[in-house]
Amino acid sequence: MHADPRGVLTGVHFLDGDHACCEGTLAAGARFAAGYPITPSTEVVERFAWRIPTVGGVFIQMEDELAASITMQGAVWGGAKAFTVTSGPGFSLMMEHIGYAAVTETPCVFVNVQRGGPSTGLPTLPAQADMMQAKWGSHGDYGIIALCPNSPQECFDLTITGFNLAEEFRVPVMLMLDECVGHMTEKVVIPEPDQIEITPRRYTKKTPEEFRLFEPREDKVPDMVKAGDGYHFHVTGLTHDERGYPSMTVDTQDKMVNRLQDKLKPFTNGRAIFEAADLEDAEVVVVSYGITSRVAQRAIEMARAKGIKVGKFRLITAWPFPEQHIRDIAAKVKALVVPELNLGQMVREVERSAGGAAKVIGVPHAGGTVHNPEVILKAIEEAVR
Amino acid sequence: MSECLVDIPADAINPVEPYLRSERIPHIWCPGCGIGTTVNCFARALDESKLDLNKVAIVSGIGCTGRVAGYAALDSFHTTHGRAIPFATGLKLANPELQVVVYSGDGDLFAIGGNHFIHAARRNMDLKVICVNNLTYAMTGGQTGPATPDHVISTTSPYGVFEPAFNLVQLAEAAGAAYVARWTTFHVKQLARSMEEVMKKRGFCFIEIISPCPTLYQRRNKMGDGLDTMKFYKQVSKIRNGAPTSECGLTKSGEIVVGKFVDRDRPGYFEMLNAQMTETLGDRYVIPEASSCGDC
Repeated sequence: MHADPRGVLTGVHFLDGDHACCEGTLAAGARFAAGYPITPSTEVVERFAWRIPTVGGVFIQMEDELAASITMQGAVWGGAKAFTVTSGPGFSLMMEHIGYAAVTETPCVFVNVQRGGPSTGLPTLPAQADMMQAKWGSHGDYGIIALCPNSPQECFDLTITGFNLAEEFRVPVMLMLDECVGHMTEKVVIPEPDQIEITPRRYTKKTPEEFRLFEPREDKVPDMVKAGDGYHFHVTGLTHDERGYPSMTVDTQDKMVNRLQDKLKPFTNGRAIFEAADLEDAEVVVVSYGITSRVAQRAIEMARAKGIKVGKFRLITAWPFPEQHIRDIAAKVKALVVPELNLGQMVREVERSAGGAAKVIGVPHAGGTVHNPEVILKAIEEAVR
Repeated sequence: MSECLVDIPADAINPVEPYLRSERIPHIWCPGCGIGTTVNCFARALDESKLDLNKVAIVSGIGCTGRVAGYAALDSFHTTHGRAIPFATGLKLANPELQVVVYSGDGDLFAIGGNHFIHAARRNMDLKVICVNNLTYAMTGGQTGPATPDHVISTTSPYGVFEPAFNLVQLAEAAGAAYVARWTTFHVKQLARSMEEVMKKRGFCFIEIISPCPTLYQRRNKMGDGLDTMKFYKQVSKIRNGAPTSECGLTKSGEIVVGKFVDRDRPGYFEMLNAQMTETLGDRYVIPEASSCGDC
């Protein structure tokens, strides 16, 4: 189906990534946001607070991020498409409810505009050091999807994608911006509503008597319900059976936890979102994401000018990690160069996926600014040597 | 064993049965625990209130009382520790036609969830908050909580509690609750009536229920079993409707002031939201619809 025109600001705009992300939420059909102010993410909800009263929906500023991240989920079970927005310290507080969203299969979106950490860190400066936290931050085993835009246009586009994926797989989806992408202002084209594809929530067609809250369809994802429709369903963060009732058995745990991961399998490689270029003749491939991919682009161009056969692979879905794609590339090249604004996070996934078939060279950076392209160039030069 | 004095017809059903998930009974609560008594009152209040049960949702946090949601035959949510109120806030805001009841314990609502409680009261969010106050963390084995009175022995206060406890009803009033009452599990009639009353009251309503935990609180403090506690409640409770909540603090074995303390009209969250937006935006304001993505 297509986007509800009420939320779509069709036209050509000059927006920063945070504002573009907000327009993405509205176009995606989000009519509820709960937030708590935190730099450099606040502009997303500031714009939502300004826009939503004339679109029809609610913004509420909660007392903290613990509250914001669960208020959002209450709204989802009330029938809304909903999201929350934060940065590092707030993201740490939200871990509790990433787990709750995962185990209750609540379709929702967490926007994290990454800044330097740990702790209060660098509130106004970029980093990409929450990538592993996005995947592993809440306790226990579960699956999530994380997307990494590298421009305001992608902040708009991928926010819509993120909402759609949340509905399709019933997982929390994380939009992993960084301070640079969040605060950079560029041209953003917002299409006509009928050009925007929206995944509607898949409400059950069964009667309350037939319906079981966590009975999976063939794709391993259960149908949704919402409160107030007479289903008298039960949602719990405890390990639960298909009825949604707590069940403290090894068998229930095994079945539930495996399905929470397995339902994402079709997405992992087959539908991974990425951008690749010059892979055919490449001896070295730079694997990057977010703002670092734009710095890496410069380094790639410099290397090509020097006659080095270097290709590009940009992760847009960071999680689930597109391991097959990396494995295939690793089989054909000498080395993979992985610059990122952290001391080595996604590089470990690249290394694991490459499985020793190619050299993997990390280009770490503690954050606070972006890489100097020369540093990435140097790594490329070393890689071909 | 005394003989049953009444012949119960074979087709008789317990009047509270339609409100419970009978397939989940027996429940997890200990003999003498007061939570079941409060649930009985809640079911009776639902029965009396004649509410459309499809439009009543119940949200619990974590702990013994946190399990109430799972036994209620309603749309029910067993959330994370302390977060029942913010979850309920989202549920209510997205689906305003729901009557949203928060049913949780003293530790959940006032320690880990204390911040959410005061802010929901400040906003006058239309939530009916029922707190079973057993004066301890029962699920985890009887630790000191924010409402545990002075000198009580608990597993984490083996030499006696010395931190002052919260006076929950005073806190609720100060934070802005529209309705504040307290009963004990001895006062089943009054409790059921209060629960029914809040179903008709708009805004943030708070009912505290003093309830025994014979296994972990009474036993450790040599206060007897469940029945002894009922006798104790009967003996020390004093009904003082309208009493200043500042005079309603609890001690280990002193008077328990019960009654309805606050019943006032404050504009609710939606009223304030709609008034402000209408004043500022006029016709451009679009009043939020229930379940805006329901048909999308």
